[in-house]
Amino acid sequence: MRIGTGLLLGLISGLLWGAIAVAIIGISLTLITGLPATPIISAGALGGAVNAAIILLRPPKDRTPGLYLVAFAGVIIAMILVSFGAPFSLAFSESSLIQAFGVGLVALAVTFANRAVLIDIHAGMLKRYKTDLVIVRVLKGFGFVFFSVIVILPFYVMVMTSLKNQQELFLNPLDLSIDLTQGAASLFDSYVELFTKFNFGRFLLISTIVSVSTVLITLAFSIPGAYAVARLKFPGQTVLSSSILLIYLVPMIVLVIPLYAVFSQLGLRNTVVGLLIVYPATTVPVALYMLQGYFRGLPAELEEAGLMDGLSRLGVIWKITLPLALPALASVSLYVFMIAWNEFLFAFMFLDDPDIFTLSRGVVSLNSSEVPRQHLMAGAVIATVPILVIFLWFERFLVQGLTAGSVKG
Amino acid sequence: MTTSHGTNTPSANAPPHSNGQTPKRKSKIGPMARREAKLALWMLAPTFLIVMGVVLFPLLANFWISVKPVKLSDLRPPTPVVSERVRGDFDVAGQEFSIQYRMRNSSRKGDITDVILTDTLPTGITITKVDPACRVTGSDVRCTLDQLEAGERKRLELTAIADAGFAANPISPRDSEPTVIGSAENILTNSEFTFDNFARIFDSREFWSVLWVSIAYTVFGTLGALLLGLFAALILNKPFAGRSIIRGLFLFPYVAPVIAVAFTWVILLDPFNGTFNAILLRMNLADEGVNFFGQRALPIDIFGMTFEFPLALATVIAFEAWRYFPLSFLFILARMQSISSDMYEAAEVDGATPLQQFWHISLPQLLGILSTLFLLRFIWTFNKFDDIFLLTGGAAGTRTLTVDVYEQGFALSNLGAGAAVAVAIFILLLIFAVFYFKFVHREDS
Repeated sequence: MRIGTGLLLGLISGLLWGAIAVAIIGISLTLITGLPATPIISAGALGGAVNAAIILLRPPKDRTPGLYLVAFAGVIIAMILVSFGAPFSLAFSESSLIQAFGVGLVALAVTFANRAVLIDIHAGMLKRYKTDLVIVRVLKGFGFVFFSVIVILPFYVMVMTSLKNQQELFLNPLDLSIDLTQGAASLFDSYVELFTKFNFGRFLLISTIVSVSTVLITLAFSIPGAYAVARLKFPGQTVLSSSILLIYLVPMIVLVIPLYAVFSQLGLRNTVVGLLIVYPATTVPVALYMLQGYFRGLPAELEEAGLMDGLSRLGVIWKITLPLALPALASVSLYVFMIAWNEFLFAFMFLDDPDIFTLSRGVVSLNSSEVPRQHLMAGAVIATVPILVIFLWFERFLVQGLTAGSVKG
Repeated sequence: MTTSHGTNTPSANAPPHSNGQTPKRKSKIGPMARREAKLALWMLAPTFLIVMGVVLFPLLANFWISVKPVKLSDLRPPTPVVSERVRGDFDVAGQEFSIQYRMRNSSRKGDITDVILTDTLPTGITITKVDPACRVTGSDVRCTLDQLEAGERKRLELTAIADAGFAANPISPRDSEPTVIGSAENILTNSEFTFDNFARIFDSREFWSVLWVSIAYTVFGTLGALLLGLFAALILNKPFAGRSIIRGLFLFPYVAPVIAVAFTWVILLDPFNGTFNAILLRMNLADEGVNFFGQRALPIDIFGMTFEFPLALATVIAFEAWRYFPLSFLFILARMQSISSDMYEAAEVDGATPLQQFWHISLPQLLGILSTLFLLRFIWTFNKFDDIFLLTGGAAGTRTLTVDVYEQGFALSNLGAGAAVAVAIFILLLIFAVFYFKFVHREDS
């Protein structure tokens, strides 16, 4: 083995992966099993470095599965030696099986990561290209871990908190494990309570009604408008198609005070109709912009043929344009549905009557010291699950919707 | 029809007709073209109406409200309230009894003028005495008052005697509800103006700190979301198994409702029994629970110099970056995928390292989308209200201008002051919008 920047970079990569692996797996063990584990970072880091050193012992083309097995064992031995037999600061006798599994997982993860980073790297002096390659691989791997953690952790905590009870949570906030032996009724206690005592069934219904109506109204308004902008000639067309985007830039909070004042006096404030006036107004411009872009891309010859055959303009739109634009309509509908479902500001400002609360408004009403926090999280889950299911189901359309018309945030 | 139509069907990627064409066309506009323009107008009318009514009108209305001394309670205009009482026995023939109308002005501030009360009396009673303000014609009572001052109560009384027939089959006079109307000045439409709202907003030292917090939140929140998005896009640029699943996962923070994720963060970062603080304690990274959303400043020592780190603001910015990185990620990824691979291959042959490729090929290609995203996200972050409101309620040095609108208008019940802050936001936005149209929109189209 020659000694050079390859070894240095390999050791640094090993240290990093070891530290990250032991920290994440240690904390995950705690969160999943409830064991009071404290991962010893230095043990993991050293294990990772040993692993990288073993891999680098041989040049890339001579690395056999046996070498990786030795490297794997190296992690375990180093970790146990450095941490005096307690890599998670737990006595060896305590849940030894889970601990052994954790250590094995760390070793596996570190070996896998080091192998991916060092696959064509030797221990000697590296060319600039190879040096960069190692840095990029480490950064990429780190990015994967980082993004996965920041995305998964909050959602995991949300779901698990909703399934526990307040005393357990206060006793040990790290223990998000679930006792599956308690039976479904007690496990889903918060959900049952929300639907029976807190009227969440109704909120769900109102949210659905409001969101679907918003989609329908938005389509009814924006389809003719988008068609006119895309296909018909009228003075001010250019100005219009570029200034639609300006509506994006208007903050909703600025509209709240005047709308609150006017809707209060008209008796529209505390009503679903009031919401159904405001929501489409914020979504129609977006929908119109997205649809007109799509309409422009459709072949005009088909429509002209329709016109020649004696169809009216509306007939052409209904029978030719819309069937062709179905994918765009799906994107727009899903996108508008998402906006309406997630809308918080106007629901919060306008609705006082629990009979017509949307889910957003309903969840806010759970945010008080009198309501246990697992109820709040259960409410959050109820609000999140439908939109996430729809999103995963129609991901292609929604992603198109998000990118096509650019988005309001 | 075909000829006029044929000329104006833009092909898929054709830019919208340039401005130069429109005036020329106008001068020789034919009946067909006129019909088409008329149809277009009709098709756009609903959109115009709803946007005018719900977006543009309120925008302008803010200017009006901001120069009005209007409080939240003024939205309920002064109304006359009446209750009817009967004194004495109306079911005994020949007995005198009285009908009283007790009127009250619901407001303690505004007067009501031209109050008119109407009621129907049961048949079979004879009115013996009438209040001077009232007139009885047949069974109808009509009382008029010129004015009911703020908080004033007034009692109108009629005296009546029941007939034998009525006493045998009595109907309470209270069965018919009296109606009362009056006209009160509506504070929103009268001609009383004041600059107190603006004076109040700009005089308070708070406004300038709010402005700074807004700008810091906007700049760092935008940069954070953009950098995270760029990082995520770089990771997912090369195809691998399970990429679409990871891409879907990365979009979760943006797709989930803001209330759900905001409350999750609040609970996750709770100083006493939040999971995140428990992790920090377990890893010995903190001595005690950190109050991420409640602590205004965290003193940090660097080389003996102590400086105050705005903890709550930083946490709110972190949330903003976390929630909106998926959006910039999507756009940047879409742009990256459209960069031709030839360039990278050529660079590879020339021996350019991955970092050099990123710096000299990817980044210049991404500059356009990055600057567009920066400006759009800048304005949207500036406009953001929900996130901070749900996370901290604007406490601990996180109050931005948007939260201030709510604070002034609803928490302090001073609609006028809230509207004044909204006007300030609107003017700042106009400046941004001018900037946007000058620099970005041209590149974009």
